[in-house]
Amino acid sequence: MGEVVELARARWAAACAGTRDVISGGAALAPGRRGAVLLQAAEDVYEIFKPGGRLHPTYFLEHEGHLVVEAVFLAVIAYLTLHPRAPHRSRKQEMPLSEQEIDDLCEEWQPEPLHKPLPNSQALPEPPVISSAAGAWVVANGRRVLNMVSLNFLGVAGDPVVMEECAATVVKYGVGSCGPRGFYGTIDVHLELEARLAEFMGTEESIIYAYDLATIPSVLPAFANAKDLIVCDEGVSYPIQNGCHLSRAKVRYFKHNDVADLERVLLEVAAQDRRVRKPLNRRFIVVEGIYAQYGDLAPLAAIHALKCKYRYRLVVDESLALGVLGAHGRGACEHSGLAPGQVEIVAASMGNALASVGGFCAGEREIVDHQRLSGLGYCYSASLPPLLATAALGTLRTLQGAQAPKLLAALQRNARLLRDLLANIPGVSVWGGDADEASPIVHLQLAAAEGDAQAAEAVLQAAVDAALADSGVLLVVNRLSPLDRVRVKPSIRLAVTAAHSEADVRTAAAAVADALARVVPATPCPVSKQPS
Amino acid sequence: MTHGTLQPPFFIALATMASWAFFFLFGHMRDLVRKRLPKAARKGYAPIRQDYEDFYTRRMFYRIHDCWNRPICSAPDAWVDVMERTPVDGQKPLKLTGATRRCLNLGSYNYLGFAAADEYCTPRVLATMRELGWSMCSSRIDAGTTPVHLELESLVAEFVGKQAALTFGMGFATNSIVIPAIVGRGCLILSDALNHASIVAGARGSGAKVKVFAHNDADHLEAVLRASIAEGQLRTRRPWRKVLVVVEGIYSMEGEIVDLAAIVAVAKKYKAYLYLDEAHSIGALGTGGRGVCEACGVDPADIDVMMGTFTKSFGSCGGYIAADRGVIDYLRRVAPGHHYATSMAPPAAQQIVSALRLIRGEDGSDRGARKIAALHANSNWFRRRLVEIGCNVLGDWNSPVMPVMLFQPGKIAAASRLCWERGVALVVVGFPATPLMTARARVCISAAHTREDLEHALQVLDEVSELALLKYHPRKALHLNGAEHLVKG
Ligand SMILES: Cc1ncc(COP(=O)(O)O)c(C=O)c1O
Repeated sequence: MGEVVELARARWAAACAGTRDVISGGAALAPGRRGAVLLQAAEDVYEIFKPGGRLHPTYFLEHEGHLVVEAVFLAVIAYLTLHPRAPHRSRKQEMPLSEQEIDDLCEEWQPEPLHKPLPNSQALPEPPVISSAAGAWVVANGRRVLNMVSLNFLGVAGDPVVMEECAATVVKYGVGSCGPRGFYGTIDVHLELEARLAEFMGTEESIIYAYDLATIPSVLPAFANAKDLIVCDEGVSYPIQNGCHLSRAKVRYFKHNDVADLERVLLEVAAQDRRVRKPLNRRFIVVEGIYAQYGDLAPLAAIHALKCKYRYRLVVDESLALGVLGAHGRGACEHSGLAPGQVEIVAASMGNALASVGGFCAGEREIVDHQRLSGLGYCYSASLPPLLATAALGTLRTLQGAQAPKLLAALQRNARLLRDLLANIPGVSVWGGDADEASPIVHLQLAAAEGDAQAAEAVLQAAVDAALADSGVLLVVNRLSPLDRVRVKPSIRLAVTAAHSEADVRTAAAAVADALARVVPATPCPVSKQPS
Repeated sequence: MTHGTLQPPFFIALATMASWAFFFLFGHMRDLVRKRLPKAARKGYAPIRQDYEDFYTRRMFYRIHDCWNRPICSAPDAWVDVMERTPVDGQKPLKLTGATRRCLNLGSYNYLGFAAADEYCTPRVLATMRELGWSMCSSRIDAGTTPVHLELESLVAEFVGKQAALTFGMGFATNSIVIPAIVGRGCLILSDALNHASIVAGARGSGAKVKVFAHNDADHLEAVLRASIAEGQLRTRRPWRKVLVVVEGIYSMEGEIVDLAAIVAVAKKYKAYLYLDEAHSIGALGTGGRGVCEACGVDPADIDVMMGTFTKSFGSCGGYIAADRGVIDYLRRVAPGHHYATSMAPPAAQQIVSALRLIRGEDGSDRGARKIAALHANSNWFRRRLVEIGCNVLGDWNSPVMPVMLFQPGKIAAASRLCWERGVALVVVGFPATPLMTARARVCISAAHTREDLEHALQVLDEVSELALLKYHPRKALHLNGAEHLVKG
């Protein structure tokens, strides 16, 4: 120890001497003498600071020096509290309102009305009242008409065999389940439906929800939170928007069905990640198999390739594609050549082709099991009425039975035919391209360039009313909730099913052409009309 | 009047904390081992379930997950066939053994006994189904409106005393869809501290600022309301666009009835709108089953938005919103559930219509009135007896929901399994559905229970409470004498 100190002292002395040398240019003192003086000075300083010296921290604190330190602290605290410009204190002293002032403020405050007054032009037309099962022909407002509205794609709603099964279920189980799944609301038919759905979708498990609009809004928040990222097509329908919002994840949108734009977004995210290093978060790409507001198909093969390249999980809402697309009717994923495990999360409504009510999500056990404790609409709501589970089971049996290929083929044929016929109507355009001809949902827009949406909606509504009154064909104008962030041009939406005959489809197309021909020129909307 | 308390006795509180500490300690120790094990993670993907989100499920829930999700294979009536499953084995799913056990049902929300087939309702439900099928495969604004839906809406409006009503296919979604449709950015939601998850989801989805007031405390509501109106919006200090106070009729995890008159007075005084969720109280409270307004003597005109569900008293599914015509017309235009969701199944709508008609005596009998009277008598009898045996029971007279406090997490499984062994289907709830310290069992009484059923249930609960040490209030019974004559309606 002593040696080390000696050595250090010598080194220091030598260094100081060298420094002096440089500073003074070596002119002032003789080298030997200079060294001795410096050494002496250094020793004096060391004397004070060395262990045991007067200013060594330990000694200092032990010999009343702590008083000095405490005094400094006290001074700082006193300064901070008494400082005249301490901002929050002074504001608070001015601010407190007297009870009287609060009373006055409350008295003065006038809330907005509970609902915004609706201009008459924005009121919805009364929907038709349907008093028969949702077949290809229905009784609407008391009259038998051709139904181009219901999404009963396989035409199985009201099937007599399933009817008997549903009736037996009502007699055995009653209507409601009277409890959430956790609390004696799990009925054997629910378990059977979940098993059958998983089998049909080719996944490990599936989970059913009692309402389609609560399905995706429960699924997304179960897996994504504020740290995570969701990349969405900008055309996704309301439940997905709602799910993104409820999850609080960061949401980025890409242009509708534009794979290049999707890649742009993914690249931007990747570039950002390189700049700011963060722990890996969960990322999802969310698309629909068939888009409700467009009736077109997502380019799933291309999206899947990107998802793999950038390592996102893919969520596909198959609500309109399930039971419609693919060799087995498994949906848009199957149609695009994706095998069941390749898409992590598939969700769908059971209210369309399955001709029941509710929704489901299919995936690996990990995905499904997690929702059983975290899916809000699953945990905190009564389960699906058993009769509706029986109904969905009936449709699944049809989809897996000998009839299925014929039904799916008829649906495809009708979809193509309807799209072709509608594309030839002058004054309107059909949304979608060649890739979409398998979609049974067709959106028909006025061909006129951008115009007043409200006026266009009125024209289309007039055409819909005319088609119902004159040709007995039930159509509908596509209506968006004002809470929906999607803004599309107004359109007439047609849905075709396997139960429609070729003649039905031709009748419908002719009625549309007819109604439009009569309504369009009568309005100020600038549409060039050709004789047809 | 409430006799139980959410506060555990001192030593029970200590023991509860100790059990949780023990669980967390061992859970984390096991996790330390788990972290070292090689995982089949996909490279470049974050795990789909984050460890901390999953901790409770892995380390606690799976130890006792046989207490929930017990499948049934009969109607959820006064007695129910529950399917037996294999015992807990790590985190593996439980398998059905094929055997069933007939249990007395204290779990389902079958307040008026409409869960099973009914001589009046079922034939009508079947007739509707034969006419309209079971799904319209379309939303309400497209081709999903049938005469039954219209009949249902006008009946509901009349029943609750409002101008108009709108229905949706799910109670949860009714809240989560309608709240964002009536309030948004620049608005304030004042929500009771114990409101249901669906209200929380709706409030979150709305983009409005949400503040919470102390459970069922009109004074605290007033304090928060005054301060909020005086301060205005955060940062910008602009006045709020509107203020919506959201309360429930009967709180489903507490069994308490809302202090409606006091809350209405506060909301009126400060020009706040009032949203009342009657999920559990419609059909169950009031001599006519018209809900908490009838029971508390409040004019429905003082409630701006009345919401309720059909899953409980009416044995069906779905929810309603009843309000002034202007509000309902606005919601028809705006609410996404009306635009995009498949409309309610016609047989389900018919079940509600028939149940409502029966309750109003339109079947020409007094069966409906008798059901309501039986529900109240059953509930009060059972509540009184539970208190007498020394349990800590929450809630008010006439409320069919009776939480029995368990407090310690270990007692969740004990109470559930002991009841199950004795053929009683009991619901137990713990974290995360309740706070950590206040695990509870919940009894739901039905008009379908006979007095013998209830006596049997009580005998079992007495025995189970003895075994699981649930008699926290052994002497409370003394204070109860004569309290029942205070009960209204
Ligand atoms: C207060 C409250 N609101 C809404 C709901 C949801 O109702 P449903 O089960 O019909 O979705 C519940 C059900 O548990 C509830 O307790």
